[in-house]
Amino acid sequence: MREILTVANKEFHDGLRNRWLLSITLIFAVLSVGLTYFGAAASGSVGITSLSTTIASLASLAVFLIPLIALLLSYDSFVGEQEGGTLLLLLTYPLSKNQLLLGKFFGQGGIIALATFLGFGASALLLFVQHYQISILQTFAYFIVSATLLGLSFTAIAYIISLSANEKSKAAGAALITWFFFALVFDLALLALLVGTESSLNQNTLTQLMMLNPADIFRLVNLAGLDSSDVNGALAVAINAKLSQAQLIAILLSWVLAPLVIASIIFKRKKL
Amino acid sequence: MNEPVVVLENVSKHYNELNALSAINLTLAQGEVLGLFGHNGAGKTTMMKLILGVIAPNVGDVTVMGVKPKDKSAWHMRAKMGYLPENVMFYEQLSGLEVLTYFARLKGQSKKHAQALLEQVGIAHAMARPVKTYSKGMRQRLGLAQAFIGQPKLLLLDEPTVGLDPSATAEFYQTVDQLKTQGTSVVLCSHVLPGVEQHIDRAMIISGGKTLALGTIAELRAQANLPIKIRPQGLNGAVVNDLALKNYLDEHGALHVPAQEKLSVLRHLLAAQSLSDIHLESANLEQVYQYYLSQAAVQDNNHKAGV
Repeated sequence: MREILTVANKEFHDGLRNRWLLSITLIFAVLSVGLTYFGAAASGSVGITSLSTTIASLASLAVFLIPLIALLLSYDSFVGEQEGGTLLLLLTYPLSKNQLLLGKFFGQGGIIALATFLGFGASALLLFVQHYQISILQTFAYFIVSATLLGLSFTAIAYIISLSANEKSKAAGAALITWFFFALVFDLALLALLVGTESSLNQNTLTQLMMLNPADIFRLVNLAGLDSSDVNGALAVAINAKLSQAQLIAILLSWVLAPLVIASIIFKRKKL
Repeated sequence: MNEPVVVLENVSKHYNELNALSAINLTLAQGEVLGLFGHNGAGKTTMMKLILGVIAPNVGDVTVMGVKPKDKSAWHMRAKMGYLPENVMFYEQLSGLEVLTYFARLKGQSKKHAQALLEQVGIAHAMARPVKTYSKGMRQRLGLAQAFIGQPKLLLLDEPTVGLDPSATAEFYQTVDQLKTQGTSVVLCSHVLPGVEQHIDRAMIISGGKTLALGTIAELRAQANLPIKIRPQGLNGAVVNDLALKNYLDEHGALHVPAQEKLSVLRHLLAAQSLSDIHLESANLEQVYQYYLSQAAVQDNNHKAGV
């Protein structure tokens, strides 16, 4: 445990030193406070918008941003140290590969989690101060938990990339493609499938397919509780499916654990 | 505690088609300093990785301090090993002290210990500066400090003196001598460097993953049977006309004499009245190394011709 904490502490401080924590928190805070205040500008009014509109807009932006940030933060975690020679050195220390992996995960995951909490928590607080509704905190709690899990999931996916690549530049390319796939291509493909099969695809199959993408699960968690009028596309169909938020969060959690396990297996087999 | 620190028995390691090491046997005693020589790709680093337990051999057994280094049971032993990899790039944005504290903590040591080590290697004045501002020599010193964490019983140093200026190199060898007296075993992995001979007990020369020679420098020298260079002065070319010496003479006026002829040639030279001075030079490590490498190349060619 001491080893894991030592590594986690170092990674977390790296995140502070590189201004990662500060920049991510700022991005999230500006984004969420901005959307909370000006989200309704399109419909002609400025002021605090309704909770469901805010969450819907936040979720649809965060779903692009969070995976990208997590991948950027972590893609060079292992391949960078491998190129520098410190990975080999660390493995000669009384430190197992799993301890190193978990240490990095806790450290960098801590950065993501803290930034999400502070950044989005800011607008939760803002809304709460204006309206004094417990439901605001509840909805935002789900949002922050699912956003953190989404970030952690892509951190773990970034480790798979970082451990599989032998060059930093290749890892960067792979990270970008991964982001592009989960954030854009996957949904387009689903939509194409839906249109192409002329809705012969039933709702259950569609929802099950969406479980293959952590970004979609994140969207579902946050949109499930809202009026479907704020939601469009393939999501609207899936939202009516019978999956509770808790179930969705559990599936999202497995999207954190599964990539971690895969990363651990790849690390075990990795030749240095 | 006379049990050997490192034992390699008939160890082979191959990566796919490439034979990185084949049939290596080595025993390293406590407090012994071994020089491991070979050019790039000879298998030096593979051998270090085997001893460190980063990789496992395909054939044979590696035992370090009584356990197999790749085993879980070897965990506690890893804190007693120090390793300096070749060309390691430490975390550039951290300060020297932060880097060393990180590594020290991983070995269960304190920040104080890290600080003391930085003082020992002479970069304490720069410990608050980021590593990216360090010169090559300072980085190498930081690497050495890293290897010295926790008073290791076994040190594996890959090219330890690269980038060090002569005085730092001398300091480094002093440290090695000091560690040796404390009972630390050291493997110095290197291209052959002048000055290393006085500090190693035995030398191992490898090439293409095979042991070419293993023994004390004196043994290797004797085995190689390289001629001794004698440079007489004041004879004014008399040597050229001397039938007994003519065959040993090179174009610079030096004599290359087989070891067993040394004394008789010296007696012969000393008999000459005009001799004013005489220089004796045994083959140095570099020449011994070159000799074994060329022998191996000859054998290799013969082998290929035979097939």
